[in-house]
Amino acid sequence: MRKLLSSELQFPHITANRPYSRCCPRMSHYCWFFQSLTLSLCKKLNTQNPKNMAELGAGSPLLGDPALNYQEHELNERLKRLYPAVNEEETPLPRSWSPKDKYSYIGLSQNNLRVHYKGHGKNHKDAASVRATHPIPAACGIYYFEVKIVSKGRDGYMGIGLSAQGVNMNRLPGWDKHSYGYHGDDGHSFCSSGTGQPYGPTFTTGDVIGCCVNLINNTCFYTKNGHSLGVAFTDLPPNLYPTVGLQTPGEIVDANFGQQPFVFDIEDYMSEWRAKIHSMIARFPIGERLGEWQAVLQNMVSSYLVHHGYCATATAFARATETIIQEDPNSIKNRQRIQKLVLAGRVGEAIDATQQLYPGLLEHNPNLLFMLKCRQFVEMVNGTDSEVRCFSVRSPKSQDSYPGSPSPSPRHGANNPHLHSTGADSPTCSNGVTPPNKTKTHSKYPSISSASSSSSSSPSSVNYSESNSTDSTKSQPHSGTSNQETSDSEMEIEAEHYSNGVAENSSSRIMNGTYKHQEILQVDDNSLGNGVAVESCASKQFCGGNQAATERMIQFGRELQALNEQLCRQYGKNTMHKKMLQDAFSLLAYSDPWDCPMGQQLDPMQRESICSALNSAILESQNLPKQPPLMLALGQATECVQLMARVRSGSCSFARVDNFLH
Amino acid sequence: MACLLEGPLRISVLSEVTATSRHYVDRLFDPDPQKVLQGVIDMKNAVIGNNKQKANLIVLGAVPRLLYLLQQSSSSDMLRTECAVVLGSLAMGTENNIKSLVDCHIIPALLQGLLSPNVSFIEACLRCLRTVFISPVTPVQLLYSDLTVIPHFICLLSQSLHTQEYITQIFSHCCKTPDHQTVLFNHGAIQNIAPLLNSSSPKVRMQALKCFSVLAYENTQVSMTLVNVLVDGEPLTQVFVRMMQRDKPIEMQLTAAKCLTYMCRAGAIRTDDSSIVLKTLPCLVRMCSKDRLLEERVEGAETLAFLVEPDVDLQRIASVTDHLLAMLADYFKYPSSVSTIADIKRLDHDLKHAHELRQAAFRLYASLGSNDEDIRKKITETENMMDRIVSGLSESSIKVRLAAVRCLHSLSRSVQQLRTSFHDHAVWKPLMKLLQNAPDEVLIMASSTLCNLLLEFSPSKEPILESGVIELLCSLTQSDSPALRVNGIWALMNMAFQADQKVKMEIVRSLGTDHLFRLLSDPDPNVLMKTLGLLRNLLSTRPHIDQLMGSHGKQIMQAVTLILEGEHSIEVKDQTLCILANIADGNTAKELIMTNDDMLQKIKYYMGHSHVKLQLAATFCISNLIWNEEDGSQERQDKLREMGFVDILHKLSQATDPNLCDRAKTAMQQYLA
Repeated sequence: MRKLLSSELQFPHITANRPYSRCCPRMSHYCWFFQSLTLSLCKKLNTQNPKNMAELGAGSPLLGDPALNYQEHELNERLKRLYPAVNEEETPLPRSWSPKDKYSYIGLSQNNLRVHYKGHGKNHKDAASVRATHPIPAACGIYYFEVKIVSKGRDGYMGIGLSAQGVNMNRLPGWDKHSYGYHGDDGHSFCSSGTGQPYGPTFTTGDVIGCCVNLINNTCFYTKNGHSLGVAFTDLPPNLYPTVGLQTPGEIVDANFGQQPFVFDIEDYMSEWRAKIHSMIARFPIGERLGEWQAVLQNMVSSYLVHHGYCATATAFARATETIIQEDPNSIKNRQRIQKLVLAGRVGEAIDATQQLYPGLLEHNPNLLFMLKCRQFVEMVNGTDSEVRCFSVRSPKSQDSYPGSPSPSPRHGANNPHLHSTGADSPTCSNGVTPPNKTKTHSKYPSISSASSSSSSSPSSVNYSESNSTDSTKSQPHSGTSNQETSDSEMEIEAEHYSNGVAENSSSRIMNGTYKHQEILQVDDNSLGNGVAVESCASKQFCGGNQAATERMIQFGRELQALNEQLCRQYGKNTMHKKMLQDAFSLLAYSDPWDCPMGQQLDPMQRESICSALNSAILESQNLPKQPPLMLALGQATECVQLMARVRSGSCSFARVDNFLH
Repeated sequence: MACLLEGPLRISVLSEVTATSRHYVDRLFDPDPQKVLQGVIDMKNAVIGNNKQKANLIVLGAVPRLLYLLQQSSSSDMLRTECAVVLGSLAMGTENNIKSLVDCHIIPALLQGLLSPNVSFIEACLRCLRTVFISPVTPVQLLYSDLTVIPHFICLLSQSLHTQEYITQIFSHCCKTPDHQTVLFNHGAIQNIAPLLNSSSPKVRMQALKCFSVLAYENTQVSMTLVNVLVDGEPLTQVFVRMMQRDKPIEMQLTAAKCLTYMCRAGAIRTDDSSIVLKTLPCLVRMCSKDRLLEERVEGAETLAFLVEPDVDLQRIASVTDHLLAMLADYFKYPSSVSTIADIKRLDHDLKHAHELRQAAFRLYASLGSNDEDIRKKITETENMMDRIVSGLSESSIKVRLAAVRCLHSLSRSVQQLRTSFHDHAVWKPLMKLLQNAPDEVLIMASSTLCNLLLEFSPSKEPILESGVIELLCSLTQSDSPALRVNGIWALMNMAFQADQKVKMEIVRSLGTDHLFRLLSDPDPNVLMKTLGLLRNLLSTRPHIDQLMGSHGKQIMQAVTLILEGEHSIEVKDQTLCILANIADGNTAKELIMTNDDMLQKIKYYMGHSHVKLQLAATFCISNLIWNEEDGSQERQDKLREMGFVDILHKLSQATDPNLCDRAKTAMQQYLA
């Protein structure tokens, strides 16, 4: 949000007086783009902005809207921690009492958390209740709130509990059907009945009463001053609202829906249920199908490896488990090659390779082709695509832009200039990301990466990115060591999305970018933090800063628009395409596209979705599953858990899929 | 039929087994050490999980030979280790196996083995020692007889995870007395075991925790040390609290709760500390829930009873936590009814624990009800509670009887319960029966309960009197146990309070004046106090005073003189002066004082005593002597005036204490009238 200043957004003016003079000469080249885009973009950005802010306030507090006060922040944090499975867009959590859902004798104050009685309080007909803003979502698993008795008033006829939507509010909780309460004057529990049962101690001024709803077994217990009083109700119906009721003047109670730490250690109670559910899952009987299960699991792992083209690993796994790989190894390698191209940002080459290896595939998938082309355009902006890179390699300007670098590697620099700039300062690759990660990778697959030298490969591949870049432009053969590294790199891909194009890629170019997400984010953080940002931003330029490349990009943009129009004619309007195109083109509106609202597109991470779409399409064309069964199972499990939340099975809260992914 | 066929078959199998076993033993005597080693290894494989084989080998004398090989310095480390492993395996069998091994002096041999530098040999020895020491048939003392053993164990703790596990397990099983605790404490067990609580091995963590629970039990020194121990910078109490988290294994939660309970009872942690109130107590209540195993429920209830016993706030909190009182009622439902054959195994299990469950529940009820009237009421209102106590009093198990009578005692502190439920359920009957023939432990609790049942407002008093309780109580006063003497005389005292002349005479007759006066010189001040109390109750209402003083006046006056002259506490002297005041209230009995100038001098002395209570009692006595409206009051007044009492009374009427002042003024008025 930092850079979303209004002056920057109003780019219609930039053609005339853009503050960054260096960019001005280029602007004229794509002025025509703006004519068509400016209006809509401007509208879009201006309307989007306030909306974004509003969403932040309600939904995602973690980003820290300054309007949020500390208490709300703490509330959001606590609710997130206590009820991670709750999707608040579908089922919001109660955060305060509802000013609409209350009897007139109830007064609310202090952000609708304090309840006081303002009726006559003559007899039970003067009882009054208030419900929370929302019912308790089943996905909480275990839900808890506390009420502090600020004053017991005249007689202390206070009831704390739960009620369903629509239950009469001129009553204390517990007296009616679908209403449940624990009353302070006699300590009785009221389960949808006018007569209570002896339940717990009485409560009065200064006491903190908690109410815990267990949505796994549909029971409820109360606490008093942090002590559990035991089960009060069983067989509770779904969708109950936290409710309090008062009956005599002077009664005041404060609710804590998570605004403050709870007196009772609810998280400890939750941990017990989490352990219970986990052990239930772990001990789920599979009986005689044990062998079957093993085969299924092996198949899942194998198909996952094959799907992503981890050819050597898949072969090794198949050998170890004595299973058979369905796909031809060459086909796997082909897919892997194409994937690597996409991940390296060389989308144009990827399209060529696809067309060559799988003729007709893209023709049958115009949508995919369009997506690829859009991405190609983005990569051209990025300076990664070969269509623009070929210019920059020869361009003397690009060398100027990296004066400190002993071995300028424009494409690399364009990919990840931060990495490069640090590399220039200290040749030992001081960003320190790669080596530790690499060793980690090795330890993860110790049996497979036996031949590859774990100690030597990590530094060598770092050096690789710097030293190789010069000669690699024309270098052909690689020695035995580099072959070894090739086999190694295959493994690395799995863990790091490490694209090391040397191996299978017969083309003479070498791509050795580090594409690990964390790395890139981390580098960005560093650069922003220590003020390198300005320098690195300056070094990052459209299409690597090459004039010819820029022209090529603009031409490509035209072609892309033409393609879109053609598709529109052929298949009718496609809003998705339109949006993609707009997003991609809008990058040109900024002097520094890497640091603009749309700049996220340039993140190498964005290549992954298109990469997997292409991979799936290829697999589908070969009559292979377009999704690996492992991911399918994972998706199904996740979906199942979400479905459980919708059908009000509380255990979903403690059976989350990510609990089992490490 | 089946049996007939099986008979000969079994014999043949046995002989066969013996023959092969013989072969294993024979190989141990082979001259070739390599063959011996192979023989031991084969033996190891043969005995694993085979109790019959183990018994055979022991009978055939394998143990001494194995021990010989183990101790021989010429044996290779490998051989010695294998020998220790086989011995460990043999120990895993039946209790008889352990006995045989201990009889073969396996313990000193294995302890000797611990001096070896070879870690795997040490581990094998420790594993075997562990198995031997955790058996109930092994005398624990064997661990402590050699003073160098414990320090060496402590040293070995650093060797490996295995040595840690075995040693801590041995400690936690063999630390049974305060002496054992002190030995371990003095050798630095706490500092050396504390880091193991964060061990990577769950077994080591658990055994280390158990060590702390046995070390801290009723041991102030250990408990006080524990609160200051840090484990990786974290206070030990916090480590224990962490171990009570609800997702931790139940055994760990329970043991950590025990540690904190013992530390709390030893005064190392305050009872209002949040680690006790919000963590330990709720954890122990959870252990009592139906979801837990029967053993855990027993331990949970016993530990909770121990924790809350001295603190009424904890009793109040526990009584409302998770419906504990109702939860405990469930302890009495074992063995539960059996419907199918498959349930028989469970029935067996239930039966085994039924007594333990009942006594644990009674003990916890007793603790919970020991101070708060509301809790007592709730306990008696728990389903069938009084019936359960009544039947508990006559159970076969001593432990249950004791716990039941404790519970009854706790409840008998309630006036309301004495008047209602106690009478309704005629609890005095089983109680009296229990008193006839029981060990001292039970007698103490039972007689103490009886004291409460004999309070004058108790409706049970009459039927108890009629059941001939006096003889029984008198016999208690002759007991060697001071507690029983106190309870006996206390009960008699309660009984004599506002009793009929007949009852009083019966008490005096039964007790015998000689014994009564012997009790007045009892070494236990409590006995003395209650005996004086009895005398005071006997000497109330004028006719009773006169009659008793008429028959035993001389001895009583003698006893009173003795006590007033002796070194006694203020309370005792106060009580004695009250007796004197009662005597002074009698018609004829008065003369016993008036004619005793020595006694009058004593009264005079106490009127000028520094303690107000004694001054008050003495003044009361004089006031009774000079009371108008009675025969001869004029002479007594004159005599006492001559002795200077009026001056003293005058002085006392100026006293700062309002009671004393009033009393003296009232007495003065007798002269004025």
